[in-house]
Amino acid sequence: MARITAGVGSSHVPLLGVAVDQGKTGDDYFGPIFVGYEWTKKWEAEQKPDVIVLVYNDHASAFDANIIPTFAIGCGERYKPADEGWGPRPVPDVEGAPDLAWHIAQSLILDEFDMTIINEMDVDHGLTVPLSMMFGTPDAWPARVIPLAVNVVTYPVPSGNRCWALGEAIARAVESFPEDLNVQIWGTGGMSHQLQGPRAGLLNREWDNRFMDLLEQDNDAVRHIPHIEYLRETGSEGIEMVMWLIMRGALGSRVKTLHRHYHIPCSNTAIGHLVLEPA
Amino acid sequence: MTGPVDIHAYLAEFEDIPGTRVYTAARARKGYHLNQFAMSLMKTENRERWKAGERAYLDQWPLTEDQKAAVLARDYNRMLDLGGNIYFLSKIFSTDGIPFAEACSTMTDMTFPEYRQMMLDGGRSPEGNRSIKGGY
Ligand SMILES: [Fe+2]
Repeated sequence: MARITAGVGSSHVPLLGVAVDQGKTGDDYFGPIFVGYEWTKKWEAEQKPDVIVLVYNDHASAFDANIIPTFAIGCGERYKPADEGWGPRPVPDVEGAPDLAWHIAQSLILDEFDMTIINEMDVDHGLTVPLSMMFGTPDAWPARVIPLAVNVVTYPVPSGNRCWALGEAIARAVESFPEDLNVQIWGTGGMSHQLQGPRAGLLNREWDNRFMDLLEQDNDAVRHIPHIEYLRETGSEGIEMVMWLIMRGALGSRVKTLHRHYHIPCSNTAIGHLVLEPA
Repeated sequence: MTGPVDIHAYLAEFEDIPGTRVYTAARARKGYHLNQFAMSLMKTENRERWKAGERAYLDQWPLTEDQKAAVLARDYNRMLDLGGNIYFLSKIFSTDGIPFAEACSTMTDMTFPEYRQMMLDGGRSPEGNRSIKGGY
């Protein structure tokens, strides 16, 4: 049977992709960020996950303002890196896992999560930056990927509670897939940042770390944080952190922390990174 | 489910955050064509046409005069007021060759070097920036 063996939380700031693509990951600015991913790179190389369920959001790349799916799952064979206005990132195409993806999609719908299904799309920095952070610069990505795109742009975005419950349902779906697969789930985005208006540049180290503390705990209190708290405390774009709750919900009530890292700033954003396994 | 939410109270709270326009459905509706125009700049051939004549390019979109003026002036706060969303608007400043952080600084009362220094120093504090009414 397939099983979810670990969960990873990580920021997906586009500038990190630029740093990787331009070979700047060791410089004074980016060094302290990338150092915090070294442990994870080694660990991933040992773990050799077969499939990553990669929870992220599209940033006006694959989806325009026309169609706004709350939860969308990629069931395609492969995905190309998106051209976000300065040419696509020079990273490998992302290989999908359509058998498992369709199994999860069907299971979720029967479990009353009414998913949008995507067969073809390009994937932007929200998905490719975490791959670079965890896997470096290989010729081909070492795991297949099921993109799970969440609307965290147009309000109302899904509640933390709903995200957590979706994670639980994803875990049930994975566990009923007959093939023996090592599946990880990654929740990406955040941490605190605001990219708009006179309050742009807001960061909240204390709140971000409390959020990671809550994710490490043996209870689900974190699922009940309302949108307004994310908005007030972590900036208008900090709401991306609800995507970490899908990851956390999929790991069950008790988790063990394997690795944790936090750094301010990366451009406009606080970088957070957490590796958990079900305990 | 955590139970039904009072949508009016939910939306009203968003207006209580200093210096922030939460991208609500009302804003998404008002800014639909503005955002779709910005999105069109993802394509090289559109960027060429836009650079050759901004006003003529804008006139092909059903935007209000206000929206067009805000775009031409690169007044991002005004564009947010008129329904723009920053991820869509980013296509405009990317086409201008301006980094995200610099575009953000234009929406604040800081110069870009000042803004960059604030970020290096740990970012803008949430203290006093959480609530207009509450002042905390
Ligand atoms: Fe993002």
